[in-house]
Amino acid sequence: MKKAQMKFMMLISGLLAATMASAEYGLNLRKGVTEYSEAAYGMHTFTLWICIVIGVIVFGAMIVSIFAHRKSKGVKAEQFSHSLKAEVVWTIIPILILVVIAIPATKALIKMENPTTDDGKPMKMDMTIKVTGYQWKWRYDYLDEGFGFLSTLAKESNLARQKGSGIDPSTVENYLLDVDKPLVLPANTNIRFLLTADDVIHAWWVPDFGWKRDAIPGYVNEAWTNIKTPGTYRGQCAELCGKDHGFMPIVVEVLSKEDYATWVAEQKGEQAEEAVLVETEWNKENLMARGEEVYNAQCAVCHQATGAGMPPAFPALAGSELVNGPAADQINLILNGKPGTAMQAFGNLLSETDIAAAITYTRNSFGNTAGDIVQPAEVKSMKQ
Amino acid sequence: MSHDITHDGVADHHDHDHKPKGFVKRWLMTTNHKDIGTLYLIFAFAMFILGGAMAMIIRLELFQPGLQFVEPDFFNQMTTMHALIMVFGAVMPAFVGLANWMIPMMIGAPDMALPRMNNWSFWILPFAFALLSSTLFMEGGAPAGGWTMYPPLVLQGGHNVAYLVFAVHLMGISSIMGAINVIATIMNMRAPNVGYLNMPLFVWTWLITAFLLIAVMPVLAGAVTMLLTDRYFDTSFFNAAGGGDPVLFQHIFWFFGHPEVYIMILPAFGVVSEIIPTFARKPLFGYVSMVYATAAIAFLSFIVWAHHMFSVGMPLGAELYFMYATMMIAVPTGVKIFNWVATMWKGSMTFETPMLFSLAFVILFTIGGFSGVMMALAPVDLQYHDTYFIVAHFHYVLVTGAVFAIIAGVYYWIPKWSGHMYNERLGKIHFWWSTISVNVLFFPQHFLGLAGMPRRIPDYSTQFAEFNMWSSIGGFAFGLAQVFFIYIVWKTVRGGEKATGQVWEGAKGLEWTVPSPAPHHTFEDFGPVDLDKMAHGKTH
Repeated sequence: MKKAQMKFMMLISGLLAATMASAEYGLNLRKGVTEYSEAAYGMHTFTLWICIVIGVIVFGAMIVSIFAHRKSKGVKAEQFSHSLKAEVVWTIIPILILVVIAIPATKALIKMENPTTDDGKPMKMDMTIKVTGYQWKWRYDYLDEGFGFLSTLAKESNLARQKGSGIDPSTVENYLLDVDKPLVLPANTNIRFLLTADDVIHAWWVPDFGWKRDAIPGYVNEAWTNIKTPGTYRGQCAELCGKDHGFMPIVVEVLSKEDYATWVAEQKGEQAEEAVLVETEWNKENLMARGEEVYNAQCAVCHQATGAGMPPAFPALAGSELVNGPAADQINLILNGKPGTAMQAFGNLLSETDIAAAITYTRNSFGNTAGDIVQPAEVKSMKQ
Repeated sequence: MSHDITHDGVADHHDHDHKPKGFVKRWLMTTNHKDIGTLYLIFAFAMFILGGAMAMIIRLELFQPGLQFVEPDFFNQMTTMHALIMVFGAVMPAFVGLANWMIPMMIGAPDMALPRMNNWSFWILPFAFALLSSTLFMEGGAPAGGWTMYPPLVLQGGHNVAYLVFAVHLMGISSIMGAINVIATIMNMRAPNVGYLNMPLFVWTWLITAFLLIAVMPVLAGAVTMLLTDRYFDTSFFNAAGGGDPVLFQHIFWFFGHPEVYIMILPAFGVVSEIIPTFARKPLFGYVSMVYATAAIAFLSFIVWAHHMFSVGMPLGAELYFMYATMMIAVPTGVKIFNWVATMWKGSMTFETPMLFSLAFVILFTIGGFSGVMMALAPVDLQYHDTYFIVAHFHYVLVTGAVFAIIAGVYYWIPKWSGHMYNERLGKIHFWWSTISVNVLFFPQHFLGLAGMPRRIPDYSTQFAEFNMWSSIGGFAFGLAQVFFIYIVWKTVRGGEKATGQVWEGAKGLEWTVPSPAPHHTFEDFGPVDLDKMAHGKTH
């Protein structure tokens, strides 16, 4: 009997010790790199310690009672059954503790939702990023610069995460937390985020920034941050969004303001090159090569690399009537999507070249016999 | 005391106490509260094993990084079905089973007030869960959008949406009928001299729970009906493209969902409030404040729903309000915990299995309460939300809270139900095995959540590997412990040391004044009872 209770006590104290040790061993909440994340961390730590102290007192009283007030020691039970004084005390004291916790929490929340400068004026935002969640990727639009791109799970992770891939995840660098093209942001800049989604609800979360916010179709949510230190920060979608919810990571590369300006200039240059490609007449070989790349990055997640799909949710492309029918119908579907399903409107997601290449690829692969090719210019004309 | 409740006369002829003969008459057509209670408990146990098996699949896939056993979509089906089955199929019916068995016997009533409805509310459930479980074999599989059923995601689920919605409707009808029955019984069927403040706390917590059920189950039914019409009849309640609002669903769902949490925990408070005084041989401390605290928790549960939604982008004022209101819940909950500790204080405690599970309940539920207070803080919840920290929190309050209380209740009352004592040594093994493994299972999940692991993912970054492995090992051990529990219960029902009517030295309450096993009919004379024998109510 007694041994059993000793074990129980050791277990409980072990749990408490583990909680306290967590701060040292990196099991705790991350302190992060923004003022807000530091405030959240501070409040987390403060509340955790209050809970530990209350726990020690309450569980301590229980444990004393368990050892001292037991029948096997010949203790006779007293018969008291109420005390108004005690009830008042243990109602008032918790209320006071809660007030003490609520004050910094209120301040931090105001900072997040209604950011102001030290003199009380609304804080000025230096730039705006629009974040759009898709099944299962993110799109980032630099609203002030006029360009944007998709960000999807990195190829190495995507290969390794397939069931029965035979690839040991520990051999993949940043397994499931790496993307093909990260969001790039400048440090020490007030950045406004506008968050929305195209299909289902997603949530954008980088723990080092200290918050997550839902990206909801039909809503434009707002959040902001100011990152102190350049570096690479990783996060994940935090709201269940379908089968590949676990596979749409977020990577943010934070550069110094100068490096960021250089990066923006490069992006604009690439954009200009891409515009030229749309006007170019492509041959089948090049379209097929580019199409295979686009297909595997954007389409294969549902329709599978073999084109077999996963019916009924994700139809097969191999032998599909649409893919083997007139090209215009297929272009139309890709541009506008199919509402109510995971098939997005890719018209605003991918370049005309990418769409033309992917369509050409599907029409000439998986045993499909359409045989024709689709030029970027055709896609462009249908888009207008 | 001419109408004394001891009913010695009943004991004399309890071998021929008019149990209907034959399976159909005895079980399918039963209107007896004890038999229906037994049916509920067996059903809940079966669902506990089914939901548990799904949890084992989840923990198996999460045992190490990479996908080894199931595809992501099936994983999502498992998390969704696990939650629906555990919430609506295991925990809620288990408490209704305890209510059926114990409430009439605790207030000196011969049966539930509405016995035929009682039969119906049970027999709906197997059909509801057959409907829900059948989706596993449909093309496209079971619902995979989470038990919270958020649109638009849940509407992508093909035709399992209709099955899900109708199953939820049936569960809701069953729950509402059960709740009406509980209220009608408690209000009308108490022995003539039993006042409200003489009632055992289990009866009180169930009375309040029943009101919560009647208030919120129709809200859930409304929400899922709107899902149904959005899916099949082109309405746009939650479809932004048609002018609807996906966040509206979340508000409606959590207006149901938060009281639902207390529907699953208030009866647990009741069970523990019966057991601790018995084994401390001391009256429950602060009986009246326990009743008020229960009512306060029930009231607050209606006005805090949006704390599940701090990240959806509410206005500052709403976030502040929901944060403050949520923090308030800590006060009445704290009162309960302090009262339990004060009940133990200067008692004369023994540590039979029901008491062990109740003590573990107090400690581990409190740990779940601590993480609850932390999550109430909106600015930090923007970190905790939708991570394993939340998963750890609600499993502490639901597994080591609600489920431990149910297990404690089964050990406490099974001698009364079966007439046999369970094997104390096996009970203690079950307790230590469960308590240690459940902490290995859920405690590391706090660390996983804080380190940044989102919930509902089938695969994870390698930095989370070690704790997931621990958690899975704990999960397998805990699952096995419950299979052992079946064996203990089975053994007890089949035979064992004969139980006395009193069963426990320190037990008070009318249920202990009838023989063990309790005869098929008890308290048939509607007469007054001996208030001195009442459980730990106000006047004695």
